[in-house]
Amino acid sequence: MIPELGQFALGLALCLALVQATLPIAGAATGRRDWMALARPAAVGQFVFVALAFLVLANAFLNDDFSVLYVAYNSNSSLPAFYKFAAVWGGHEGSLLLWVTILATWTLIVSVGSRSLPEEFSARVLGVLGIVSFGLLLFTLLTSNPFDRLLTPIVDGNDLNPLLQDPAMVIHPPILYAGYVGLSVPFAFAVAALLSGQLSQDWARWTRPWTVSAWMFLTVGIALGSWWAYYELGWGGWWFWDPVENASFMPWLASTALIHSLAVTERRGLFKSWTILLAIIAFSLSLLGTFLVRSGVMISVHSFASDPARGVFILLLLTLVSGGAFTLYAVRAKHMVADGGFKLVSRESFLLLNNMLLIVALVVVLYGTLSPLFIDALGLGKISVGPPYFNSMFLVPMLPLVLLMGAGMHATWLGMSGETLARKLAIPAVGALVLGLLLPWVIFGSAGVLTVVGVVAGLWIIAASLFDPVRRLIRRDAARPLTRAQWGMTLAHVGIGMFVLGVTVSSSYSIETDRAAVPGDRWELAGYEIVFRGLRDVQGVNYAAIEGEFELRRDGTLVTVLTPQNRVYRVQSSPMTEAGIDARWYRDIFIALGQPLGDGVWSLRVQFKPLIRFIWFGALVMAFGGLLAATDPRYRSKRAESRVSSGGAVSAETG
Amino acid sequence: MTPRRQRMLLIGLVVAGVALSAALALRAFQENLLFFFSPTQVVAGEAPDARLFRLGGMVVEDSVSRDPGSLTMSFVVTDYAHSVPVSYTGVLPDLFGEGQGVVAHGRLTPDGNFIAEEVLAKHDENYMPPEVADAIAQAQAQAQENTAE
Repeated sequence: MIPELGQFALGLALCLALVQATLPIAGAATGRRDWMALARPAAVGQFVFVALAFLVLANAFLNDDFSVLYVAYNSNSSLPAFYKFAAVWGGHEGSLLLWVTILATWTLIVSVGSRSLPEEFSARVLGVLGIVSFGLLLFTLLTSNPFDRLLTPIVDGNDLNPLLQDPAMVIHPPILYAGYVGLSVPFAFAVAALLSGQLSQDWARWTRPWTVSAWMFLTVGIALGSWWAYYELGWGGWWFWDPVENASFMPWLASTALIHSLAVTERRGLFKSWTILLAIIAFSLSLLGTFLVRSGVMISVHSFASDPARGVFILLLLTLVSGGAFTLYAVRAKHMVADGGFKLVSRESFLLLNNMLLIVALVVVLYGTLSPLFIDALGLGKISVGPPYFNSMFLVPMLPLVLLMGAGMHATWLGMSGETLARKLAIPAVGALVLGLLLPWVIFGSAGVLTVVGVVAGLWIIAASLFDPVRRLIRRDAARPLTRAQWGMTLAHVGIGMFVLGVTVSSSYSIETDRAAVPGDRWELAGYEIVFRGLRDVQGVNYAAIEGEFELRRDGTLVTVLTPQNRVYRVQSSPMTEAGIDARWYRDIFIALGQPLGDGVWSLRVQFKPLIRFIWFGALVMAFGGLLAATDPRYRSKRAESRVSSGGAVSAETG
Repeated sequence: MTPRRQRMLLIGLVVAGVALSAALALRAFQENLLFFFSPTQVVAGEAPDARLFRLGGMVVEDSVSRDPGSLTMSFVVTDYAHSVPVSYTGVLPDLFGEGQGVVAHGRLTPDGNFIAEEVLAKHDENYMPPEVADAIAQAQAQAQENTAE
């Protein structure tokens, strides 16, 4: 009886979503305040019922209710309770319910956080979120009901995919979805502005913290996914340009561009229609990502069992939501013209270039991801686009982006002389150049051109970001302290610099070897000695494993013992490799057991990965910068702050 | 420079940059396309000789053989109509096995052997790569046509 309660709750939420999607927007158009006032109660009610449905499903998982089809497919009584809960989003139906739950949560937060905004505006925003929610709830109930029953209950479930039985995989989907779905908020703000036909600089100030928050979750979510792929399935790779990875990366690129164009719109009232367009594009890419992952059109480890009906429904939803928004944009955007121009050497110019380059990068990824689909659909053959395309093409916009980033931070709004800018940048530029040329040689003894370029670029961003704050700190310049948003920007850019260093050094100096070894073998790797001590059987809660024991020694002293495993999960009887990793901030040593080759010989993958932690740690630093920027007190003040109208006094304002 | 000229310069630079990267992108794209071929297509000589491509099908039962103690191994991939021998040196993915679907990246040697640089098997025991399923269905349809004639 309880699972039916969940389905009933989803039905009620659907009705409330319909109310929220129609009356507030109609009320804003006709000036009926009673209709507009319905938006908030509808949003709260919707949250309550969606959350109830989510809890009902979680309850079914925790109590092993295998009469529910979805539970039977994705859980098992021997699964640890922690993973039973995570199994709620281990399959298609549940992850869709998670999508809807997170959307309801964002809507609830927006309905509380938008109380200080004009009534008509917040009614429209909540109305647009209601439309999205209605579509997704309808999709869930019609094609992907997680509460469907089995006619004849089974004794035990099919178990959660062993790949997902991992702590990072437990939190990766909710955090990634919080980012994906969070982009619906700037989307709703953009559509609300289009509906009203007006776009003030206040609009950009309201939209910025929401965009940065969604971006922050997206950043952490992608980093978690990459980290998981590295130790769980990648045999040491951290990014594969897999269609599903790209599906999460494209909204990230678009929202990064959006954050920067919002800065210009808020500060200078420029790029208005472009900002609106970006907000629509960013969320459309989120929906596109959902389509790519959920419809099964893509060949990927992430794709669950495919169902054409689902694909068609999401495509329809994408067409209606994004198509509607783009149409509205085409009709209304001409009213949103800029209030003035800008000079060549100015913050505005740099942010324009930032947007251009990010869009080029986005198009590169989009083209590489979607063209196999189109070529297949046209019957021209089955192709896939290899990582070399992405790796080489992605560099083309990224290199200038990274170099301009350091300069852009120091350029002032409204323009400055090129000389002043050059003088400001001289010390960090020279420092980065000297260190970048020297360090690779000193530490690793050799360096290719791309390596030096990458190291210089990474150091350049970090130096340019930190130069000013550190100088102020040393001089104890308390007169003009950095605002929280400025610290946020600084840290986010430092994170990019760390990421660039991590990618460059780990891809240039990694040592990756496959070898055949027997217990007792010892060999040398990057100055370490590795001793293969032996193998033993290990019994886990719901798996059996063969565990290898490897000593890692440096100069004769023991550093650590690594124990990679080959697991076989009992229910699905599928094998899984658990790598043994010794992780330090400056390098990883990675050992994975392959297969027995006969005569006691095992195949092994042994890797040395310098600075690879900087990739994920850099992403965390970026996200922390986002957190600081999103929580700047400036966004909470009700009064619109004085805007830039003349130069000089505002030169220290953040981007 | 007047502001107008400055803006034209900026726009010009941007357009040139976009055009350049588009040209580069298309070239890189052409060079890195990986076509997929089934064993039937390979046997019929449709696959390229020197270029990298993807071969997919099922691993034939009892076809996996190894040089004892080394990382080199060989197996046969089939779509149940035709088969291609594959050799590979390295660590195999977890779910590689006889009777399972597999996709390999590699090149064809003149004597019809496929040298794999990378072997992919998907992470679900019931999962069959859609391309492989497609290739097998096509091969079976062809076989039926042939017997009907």
